[in-house]
Amino acid sequence: MTTPTATQTPEVRYYHRFTLGQRYLHGIIIITFLGLALTGLPLRFSGAAWSVALARAVGGFGAIIFFHKLNALIMTVAFAAHVINILYRAIVRKQWGLLWGPDSLVPSLKDFKDLFAHLRWFLWLGKKPQFERYAYWDRVDYWAVFWGMGIIGFSGYAMWFAPFFARFMPGSWLNIALLIHGEEALLAVSFIFTIHYFNTHLRPQNFPMDLTIFTGRQTEQEWIEKHPEEYARLKSEGKLEELRAKQPERWLNNFGRVVGTIAFLLGFAMLYLTVVSFIKEF
Amino acid sequence: MKEILFRSSIVFAALALFELAAPALHAAPAPNCLECHSDKGGPQFKGSIHGSMACTDCHTDIKAFPHPDQVAKVNCSTCHAAAVSKLNQSVHAHSSAQPCLSCHGDAHEILPATDPKSAVYALNIPRTCGNCHGDKKFAAQHNITEVYSQYMDSIHGFALSRDGLLVAATCAACHGSHEIRKHTDPASRVYRGNVADTCGSCHSGIEAVYQKGIHGQLVKAGDTSAPVCSDCHTAHQISNVQSTAWQVKTTATCGGCHTEEMATYRDTFHSQVSALGYQQVARCWDCHGEHDILPASDPNSKISDANLVATCGRCHAGANASFVTYQPHADPHDGRRFPLLHASAIFMNLLLAGVIGFFLLHALLWLLRSRGEAGHERRTL
Repeated sequence: MTTPTATQTPEVRYYHRFTLGQRYLHGIIIITFLGLALTGLPLRFSGAAWSVALARAVGGFGAIIFFHKLNALIMTVAFAAHVINILYRAIVRKQWGLLWGPDSLVPSLKDFKDLFAHLRWFLWLGKKPQFERYAYWDRVDYWAVFWGMGIIGFSGYAMWFAPFFARFMPGSWLNIALLIHGEEALLAVSFIFTIHYFNTHLRPQNFPMDLTIFTGRQTEQEWIEKHPEEYARLKSEGKLEELRAKQPERWLNNFGRVVGTIAFLLGFAMLYLTVVSFIKEF
Repeated sequence: MKEILFRSSIVFAALALFELAAPALHAAPAPNCLECHSDKGGPQFKGSIHGSMACTDCHTDIKAFPHPDQVAKVNCSTCHAAAVSKLNQSVHAHSSAQPCLSCHGDAHEILPATDPKSAVYALNIPRTCGNCHGDKKFAAQHNITEVYSQYMDSIHGFALSRDGLLVAATCAACHGSHEIRKHTDPASRVYRGNVADTCGSCHSGIEAVYQKGIHGQLVKAGDTSAPVCSDCHTAHQISNVQSTAWQVKTTATCGGCHTEEMATYRDTFHSQVSALGYQQVARCWDCHGEHDILPASDPNSKISDANLVATCGRCHAGANASFVTYQPHADPHDGRRFPLLHASAIFMNLLLAGVIGFFLLHALLWLLRSRGEAGHERRTL
């Protein structure tokens, strides 16, 4: 922000928001999600000309399913590592705050209140809600991906190892597996490439993208604007200085911009193809 | 006076000589014919199947010399009555050219069909037919498909032209020779009802299997809409069944009649994979069989309850009774037959519409409100 205010300090202060592990996790999710979407959509819309062209370009169906499974495996490992890490820190190291409270991604009553207040604010009916570390849409993002990985992952592995899974469940469930695998994937693709992109990056406050997930750092100004309750809480606890960070390196900012731009372009291209092909099905 | 007498005696002698020589004209290729027609009686004619015959055996209207300028067309049916009678009922009956010679070649050089030089020797038949049927203009004029090149590139054409197999199917092997009839004529060898028998004259084992299958039974019962050999294999190009192009095309061929099954197959992973040109995936015949397709109710059917585990197990190692309850033709719209799948489809659609609808509205309102936010400034990245 360039507007001079009375409290402005000469230097811009940076604070940590995401750990290196969280940034890596997000990076792995970006790559594998795009990879899975790129190799999965041609299967979901196998009748479309672009699907056949894309399949041929990467070496046919054999190559497509290979990269699909490879990305799925990497994502699964990342997902498992994340869950194990959370449970370990929470249960063994007694960081119960990961499972409940403002630092956790578990929804609370405040999220519903915030959502309601936010909607009222949209309609000029009330004041803008004061968000904590995670706003309700952050938590929706997290659980949408979490739920999506569970549903798509389980149904995917069930189809991959169909005869094995058929020992524990009826084979007719494999029909349902394909259906929900494809539909949940469409939901994921259309959610990430519109809602997540807008809520986190493209909305006017963050336009064109929020680099925090790439640098792990935010300015004090951003913090106060976006997560005022968290800022106030940590300030009153005197923990602000623990989170002080250096200004993000220029290469890191540029790296984030490049990765983000590629993800945007791929996402919008796939969103377009998905919407067009989905409408054509009717 | 003496002079006149001498001259008339020469004329008389000449006439007498001619009369004496006349019977020889009927007996053998008299040197007299060859004096004018020297090109017709050479070794080519001597070596032909008609080499021992006299000119007038065929040119029966020539009784005397000099013969009229216009002589009648030779009627082959004098000797070859059966062949000509068949020809007269064939598609070539009204051929403007002399139909016998179009195929058998020069009348004075006709060789037995067993002679490798004969125009109707097995290995030469396609070229002979191709004289007319290999011509695009001819095909267009007669409104028929240009089949020569398709045949020559087929497995039959290669067997003949490249490998020199006498048993390879020639044009005549399927269409007949003198008796060629339109495929719409029930007496034609290539009429739908007769195709299996025609192909079966070589592919006997496959025909026996086909005749036991549901399609063979339907055709036998007179339902010519049921598929015959050529519907899948094509008639002239006999596509390679290993090729992806053929497998994709023929899946659609089955779907041409079995529309509902095709629509439900489209929803499955099998179809999604096959549409992308992957070969090792279940297409119609992988489950239902190729020539021996039978309804699931038939115990011999590949998809009968007793055989399903083995059929699925061909690709899916470890398939068991539970596995084969998978529905390869499930229809999510059919709540009566597939209640759980139907319910899942409704749930997923509601979830998709609900989540995306709510958050798109949320985003739109947020965008509008942000634009109207007092003192809002664009954040610089």
